[in-house]
Amino acid sequence: MQFPIYLDYSSTTPVDPRVAAKMAECLTLEANFGNPASRSHMFGWKAEEAVETARRQVADLINCDPREIVWTSGATEADNLAIKGAAHFYVKKGKHIITSKIEHKAVLDSCRQLEREGYEVTYLDPTEAGLITPEAVADAIRPDTILVSLMHVNNEIGVINDIAAIGKVTREHKVIFHVDAAQSTGKIDIDMEEMQVDLMSLTAHKTYGPKGIGALYVRRKPRVRIEPQMHGGGHERGMRSGTLATHQIVGMGEAYRIAKEEMHAENARVLALRNRLLEGFKDMEEVFVNGDADHRVAGNLNISFNFVEGESLMMALRDLAVSSGSACTSASLEPSYVLRAIGLNDELAHSSLRMTIGRFTTEEEIDFAIEKTREAVGKLRELSPLWDMHNDGIDLSQVKWAAH
Amino acid sequence: MAYSDKVLDHYENPRNVGKMDDSDVNVGTGMVGAPACGDVMRLQIKVDANGVIEDAKFKTYGCGSAIASSSLLTEWVKGRSLDEATLIKNKDIADELGLPPVKIHCSVLAEDAIKAAIEDVKQKRKG
Repeated sequence: MQFPIYLDYSSTTPVDPRVAAKMAECLTLEANFGNPASRSHMFGWKAEEAVETARRQVADLINCDPREIVWTSGATEADNLAIKGAAHFYVKKGKHIITSKIEHKAVLDSCRQLEREGYEVTYLDPTEAGLITPEAVADAIRPDTILVSLMHVNNEIGVINDIAAIGKVTREHKVIFHVDAAQSTGKIDIDMEEMQVDLMSLTAHKTYGPKGIGALYVRRKPRVRIEPQMHGGGHERGMRSGTLATHQIVGMGEAYRIAKEEMHAENARVLALRNRLLEGFKDMEEVFVNGDADHRVAGNLNISFNFVEGESLMMALRDLAVSSGSACTSASLEPSYVLRAIGLNDELAHSSLRMTIGRFTTEEEIDFAIEKTREAVGKLRELSPLWDMHNDGIDLSQVKWAAH
Repeated sequence: MAYSDKVLDHYENPRNVGKMDDSDVNVGTGMVGAPACGDVMRLQIKVDANGVIEDAKFKTYGCGSAIASSSLLTEWVKGRSLDEATLIKNKDIADELGLPPVKIHCSVLAEDAIKAAIEDVKQKRKG
């Protein structure tokens, strides 16, 4: 085993060696280094061909027309382009937008910017399972609603929204539907023929592709319009200017090709590993899984070990690369807003650990993670006055704490 | 976040972990912080007939810096009189452990804990 063990696949994934090999073919003088926009020579044509192959590979994974794929620098840019682009284009139809409280910051902060520009935003509360229901969306739609933006899979708790059902609601009301799918590609099936989604943000680096490349899906039928946010040479049919990064794009294409081919087998393997991990904590007291257990991607386990603070837990787990919803791990000193929004109290939010499993995780690594985590939780509980109180039968919610 | 060697040492080998009998008139308990804020410290001291702290114990729920701050404090207060112990300032703890600015509140909490424990034992011995 190599240390530390990487259990943070929802944060980013390593580039698959097959992807890296393809990317390396697009860099040097002997290789495919040309500008895909150069029309006057072979170098440009070859690069353009590679870009269009990648566009097809990306389109294949989500079952759409390649002409519906617009390259961006990643999902953050795609979110910005989708939300601000659609809001600006359809401003004459209305200025109301619907999103949820547990979206990624790229979505929430784009919405905040639109609020500053005079738009109105409704932030839906998720259920305790972490899901946004089609009914909640339907209830929030008003005559002036122009856009609904929701994530497919939540980055912290891995729960899966029923995008197909929500898409029916938005289409019925003729509202544009944007979905951030950064966490779902290669993990669950996405079929744009079936899902009535108008805009979808994609990224490469969570699906074993490189960082710095992503795409926005923009539906052609019925046609969806957006205002560009990046102006320049009119690349990507005017929706996103900037010289295309051939090596990055080729990497994303190859990563998505592999995902399409291998995702079902891979997810079965990953799910078995997650079940093994969870099983390893089963006999421990006061352990809680955060978010819906069934509507959840295979690789995500978000778990709270009550009476143990997340940062100190991660400190004890230096051989594991994991993340926590604890306040101390964020710059803001606030515990995870996602865990708070699904109704967790502060203590459990502080006590949470996110372990995410992926393509290169082994059974041996999972067993090691179980052993180390159990050891650390045991040690920290021995150190915890809250654990003492719990064992003395004191109800901690009834204690008057001197907050600071 | 990178931790100083001293924080790591106290975290790995916390000194004086434990619990003393709170009903003992010579034991003072200071419990500060709140679970919602991510740290709770319980610091206990045992005072001898001359008003000198002969033993100290702690338990802390919180980040590594909070654990280290309380662990260090138990080392420092042992053998001091109650009056001497009140002179310990959060800055002394933060400096000794090399706490970064975002972790200063951990040392503040430790200072609050010892003050509360001293106050508690004084009240008890009066009564």
